[in-house]
Amino acid sequence: MSKLIASAAIRGAHTLVKQTEELLEKTTTEKGKDFTFEFPDTAFYLPMIYAMTAFPVKTLGDMKVALGMAKELLHDEPEEHLWKPYLGEALDSGMATLFAEEILLALKYINGLEPAKDPETGYVYNGFITDTIQRSLGIQLVDGTMPGFAAIIGAAPNDDIAVNIVRELQEKNILTFLSGNVNGNSVTKQLVRKGVELGWDTRIVPLGPDTEHTLYALDWAMRASLIFGGKKPGDYKEHLKYQKDRVFAFAMVLGELDDIKWTTGAGAINMGFPAIADTDIPVIHPTGVCIYEEVDKELDHSKIVQKVIEVRGLKIIVEKPPIPVAYGPAFEGERIRKEDMFIEFGGTRTPSFEWVRMKELNEIEDNKVIIIGDGWKEKYEKGGQMPLGIVIDAAGRKMQKDFESIIERRIHHNINEAQGLWHMGQRDLNWIRISSNAKKDGITLEHIGVVMTTMTHHRFKSIVDKVQVTIYTDEKDVLAIQEEARKAYKDRDQRLGSLTDEAVDIFYSCLLCQSFAPSHVCVISPERLGLCGAYNWLDGKAAYEIDPTGGNQPIPKGALMDARYGRYAGIDEYLKKASAGAVETLNLYTIMENPMTSCGCFECIIAIIPEANGIMIVQRGHTGMTPAGMKFSTLAGSVGGGTQNPGFMGIGRNFIVSKKFLHGDGGIKRIVWMTKNLKESLKEEFNKRAAEEGVPDLLDKIADETVAEDSEKLLEFLTSVGHPALGMEPML
Amino acid sequence: MEKVVKSANKEAEQIIEWGELHKIETCFDRAERLKPCPIGETGACCRICHIGPCRFVGRNAEEEARGVCGATLPTVASRNFLRMIAAGTAAHSDHARDMAFTLLAVASGEAKDFKITDVRKLYRVAGYLNIEFEGRPVNDVARDVAVRLIENFGRQKGEIDFLSRAPKKTQERWKKWGIVPRGIDREVCEAMHRTSIGVDHDPDHLLLHGLRTALADGWGGSMISTDITDILFGTPQPVKAEASFGIFKEDEVNLVVHGHEPTLAEIIVAVADEPEMIAYAVSKGAKGINLGGMCCTANEVLMRHGIPTAGGFTNQELGIMTGLVDAMTVDYQCIMPAIAELSKKFHTKIITTSEKAKMPGAIHIGFDEHRAKEIAREIIMLACDNYQNRKKEGSHITDKFPVIAGFSHEYIEYMQGGRWRASFRPLNDAIIAGRVRGAVGLAGCDNPRVPATGLHRFLAMELIKNDVLVLSTGCGSAACATVGYLTPEMALENAGPGLREVCEAIGIPPILHLGSCVDNSRILTIASAMAAEGGLSDEIAGMPAVGIAPEWMSEKAIAIGCYFAASGVPVIFGGESPVAASKEVTRIMTEVWFERFKGALHFEPDPEKILAMALDYIDKAREALKLKKYEPGKFGTEKVLMDMAARREIERAAKPHIGIY
Repeated sequence: MSKLIASAAIRGAHTLVKQTEELLEKTTTEKGKDFTFEFPDTAFYLPMIYAMTAFPVKTLGDMKVALGMAKELLHDEPEEHLWKPYLGEALDSGMATLFAEEILLALKYINGLEPAKDPETGYVYNGFITDTIQRSLGIQLVDGTMPGFAAIIGAAPNDDIAVNIVRELQEKNILTFLSGNVNGNSVTKQLVRKGVELGWDTRIVPLGPDTEHTLYALDWAMRASLIFGGKKPGDYKEHLKYQKDRVFAFAMVLGELDDIKWTTGAGAINMGFPAIADTDIPVIHPTGVCIYEEVDKELDHSKIVQKVIEVRGLKIIVEKPPIPVAYGPAFEGERIRKEDMFIEFGGTRTPSFEWVRMKELNEIEDNKVIIIGDGWKEKYEKGGQMPLGIVIDAAGRKMQKDFESIIERRIHHNINEAQGLWHMGQRDLNWIRISSNAKKDGITLEHIGVVMTTMTHHRFKSIVDKVQVTIYTDEKDVLAIQEEARKAYKDRDQRLGSLTDEAVDIFYSCLLCQSFAPSHVCVISPERLGLCGAYNWLDGKAAYEIDPTGGNQPIPKGALMDARYGRYAGIDEYLKKASAGAVETLNLYTIMENPMTSCGCFECIIAIIPEANGIMIVQRGHTGMTPAGMKFSTLAGSVGGGTQNPGFMGIGRNFIVSKKFLHGDGGIKRIVWMTKNLKESLKEEFNKRAAEEGVPDLLDKIADETVAEDSEKLLEFLTSVGHPALGMEPML
Repeated sequence: MEKVVKSANKEAEQIIEWGELHKIETCFDRAERLKPCPIGETGACCRICHIGPCRFVGRNAEEEARGVCGATLPTVASRNFLRMIAAGTAAHSDHARDMAFTLLAVASGEAKDFKITDVRKLYRVAGYLNIEFEGRPVNDVARDVAVRLIENFGRQKGEIDFLSRAPKKTQERWKKWGIVPRGIDREVCEAMHRTSIGVDHDPDHLLLHGLRTALADGWGGSMISTDITDILFGTPQPVKAEASFGIFKEDEVNLVVHGHEPTLAEIIVAVADEPEMIAYAVSKGAKGINLGGMCCTANEVLMRHGIPTAGGFTNQELGIMTGLVDAMTVDYQCIMPAIAELSKKFHTKIITTSEKAKMPGAIHIGFDEHRAKEIAREIIMLACDNYQNRKKEGSHITDKFPVIAGFSHEYIEYMQGGRWRASFRPLNDAIIAGRVRGAVGLAGCDNPRVPATGLHRFLAMELIKNDVLVLSTGCGSAACATVGYLTPEMALENAGPGLREVCEAIGIPPILHLGSCVDNSRILTIASAMAAEGGLSDEIAGMPAVGIAPEWMSEKAIAIGCYFAASGVPVIFGGESPVAASKEVTRIMTEVWFERFKGALHFEPDPEKILAMALDYIDKAREALKLKKYEPGKFGTEKVLMDMAARREIERAAKPHIGIY
């Protein structure tokens, strides 16, 4: 019964607080109370404690204060008979546990014990999850490709069951964290033994060998409400409500439970995350703290994944093509090394290309896969290398020429999501591999076609009525059709170049992020793509055709009210509605006045450097200091959550080379600092734009982290190279 | 001849029998001998002027009977009833006034033996009153709160402050029917005026003012009293204690605190542990000092300190008859004058402590909060001195029962989610899912005219078997406590399967002891919180909840019943109706009130029928709210599985969460 759970949770909290206190005292004696600490790459101190209490833990002394808060949450165990109520007390203890675990792990970092390393295998666990990872997952969290999060704690009864459970979670697109152990055995070890590829790419992230490491997953979840939800530190009710309503996480506890597992679970229940065990444990069914059951069990391992998903209230729609291997975004990140490869196509080894063509309905036969080439079957069976041309013909009453490129861009995902299939590049620079295991499982060349027809239908259901795939395998055919395709690519690029904000009447909104950032609205125009970098104007257009009530809605741009700053009557009208009144107006082409809001998953941040009369740009993942005096993670903390912050803005990378980039503020000439990574990746396009602006050597005049990481050095450099921003009209 | 059961409480019955053997008379004997006057009992006697008393009897009295002045039966019955409400409201509110003045004295530093114990609660109350509290000295805030609450008594215009804590729609109903109380004293005064000779003669109009006066009690006097008592002495949280006559100790000084106002009792609790006091008791041959409570003072000190209770109203004489009570302090309300005379047959000293209530045959030690400890010590020493006078006579009872009490509305919110997730969501969810069928406030007095405490016990047991969560107060709590019903094991052994699951999840008894009779105001706060939480009714009206006072006898109970009815809760009282003589008045209080407020006040002597009526109200409310039909053992939430599109709509689909905290 529940009393056993409460007793264990309360006991466990006492144990952990005591253990943490001892290590804290020891560490403080060694290093002094002013010794500072921060987890790698986060702007949120110890995120759990910060979100719940607004107390920023920066030093060992602060940790003592925070541990004091945990102590206040401790309670006595309920008595055997005539007990006093225990649910509230158990949940408090759970929170005390999370505070203690967070401090404990911080102390372990200080003592060089984190990220944990397996002494036998040398496997290094992930440890603390950075802000960057949280932000870079952005779009996947909202577009349905990563609908939920599992924390598996413990070990399955045997290695095969561990693999089956994790594979099932992968097929359901769930991101899985692993922690804890049962007598030293753990799912991480079980997967390693079975050769399962672990890591962010395959969505299986081992956090550490102990139950306490589960805290990293909860810390990660908590940053969703800080980053995307815009919830204020200390506003604990709002944070926890956000977690319960929007972060679809749950725990799966495999094997025996101990006090530490129960008490960590009680902490997670505070966040509305339920737990399912595979052992015969007491259950808690009444709802209200979690949306559905808080604690439940499922002894049948073949049903446990389905059960836990239901208990968390998740709806997962998985479209799987009829192929003999597993399929889903979780398999997208798998690499195929040369020695595991059965056959490969393209990648400069053989001629290859992929091309989507619009056809009339009567020209093609739906779901047909045609393979052309002499003895292609034999050639395929031999393995090695092979030329490959993939032509996807799509027809539909709502199909448009503009959508060809949109559909084509999905080929990468279509192929990669199949386990044992790997894809890279695009157009005539693509590269595909099939693994020996996939071949063993029965993958044929035909299956590449089947994947294309199924997934194109699935992803573009109301645009595409018929899909036919033709695969060419003879070098001569591939080369010939490649030429046709190249013409089409060129036409497309020209069309894209002529797409300007002035040339269209409709912009598109992107509200996908509203499941996490309820008041944020992205406005996507032909010359300004979404801040996550994943959605441009054509994507928006196609998405609207696919689902007219979905996350991308047309915005009739209306009268142009301010050409310099890019203010449109239609946008303002739409905004008020779509942001539920949170944002009234915005300017597309400036950061100085009512700039666009951010959800939190922006690729880059622009920030004003007043003393340089210009702006700097830093991309997600850059961990160094910037001349704004803040690292990316700290800057990001002040930009997200759907608020307008003049002088700061999140953008997609490619916006930098748009003609409309900060048009109202003086355009690219305002850029005084930009990371080396950005400079290099945008070089070609940037130099073109710089020449158009009359400063062909602009890129060289822009500082990067090798030149300056503070504004003083920056100014020195700008003056020495004569950066144009210094002579422009004042920004402020 | 069949033996007449006087009390359903086995231990009480033993003492009564012992009394009969020793020719000692109790209220049970007097009740048997002295039947109620049949004319007055049903509301058909008018004695408000000295032309009468006039009696309204005979066939067709409703239509034909007239007083000398021409008053009709409905006028007289409703007038009598309004006077009961006024008296009940006056009682609770005058108690509240004393509490408010104590708070003022404490805040002003004049009552140095007391302090503000629950600062958080003070701030919460200050918040309700829009009194700034951040960064101010606690006593300044307390003084402002006290002054403002005192002002509620004498307010002439506007409305009393705490009405704003009710759901908006509830407030709208009050406005619509003109029953918004202005000031507490004003409504009581107007009630007395309107019922005096030759003023208000319209039954419906009289009864509407009755509701207004009752609201001044529930959302005024009673709520003020509860809040201030929490501020001064702490907001209750679960405590383990004992109940029944076995709490008295043979070898210790037994001092009983009886009555309603907890101020003196609190200070007695504080000083009874002082080494000097214990040494004094020892010097008199006792092993220590044992405090016990009686009636609602018992509930106050039980809720906050786990001081054991000897029971409710009908136990006061019986307690003395154990021969073990060395002294009993009494302040006001529900003190039987019989105890002074009775105490002469034993060694017990009865000490009156309120300047408002004296009694021939008792010692008077007037309580003054400015000299609180000094007076408390004097009383304890008096009890110690009297220990030596203890005689062998008496019906010594050793039975006692464990109790888990201390369910303030704050704790009830906390227990459903802890510090971080406290809310009423789990309770609302449980009702929606059909785990909990509904809630009943089981309150009111215990009564020697029925097998005392028996109706409470029958209803409590049957309700929990039917998956109804019981919130108990006052002597209703005492009735349940003295039979061991207020334990968590009660849920495992007797609750229906759904209620049991909820009780197990939280660790609570299926019957929650909320405190004394003024603490019925806690139920108003809980109902408001449930409305704000969402998913059930968005006002108090329409909730699957019923109030029951099966053994009521005090006018205070009538005031309570009426403020629940006016707030939207159907209420069922046991016993004969004090308006039974008039069909019209009965109709107004049931049908008309239900139409206007979704509350009603019924009188039904048959406990089986009370139960059926309560369950029917609950099931009909469930149906009206389109909740899952209640079926024992069949519950569960239909899961709505969320895809991404649904998640984007969360914000827009959500109802605004008003919350009351």
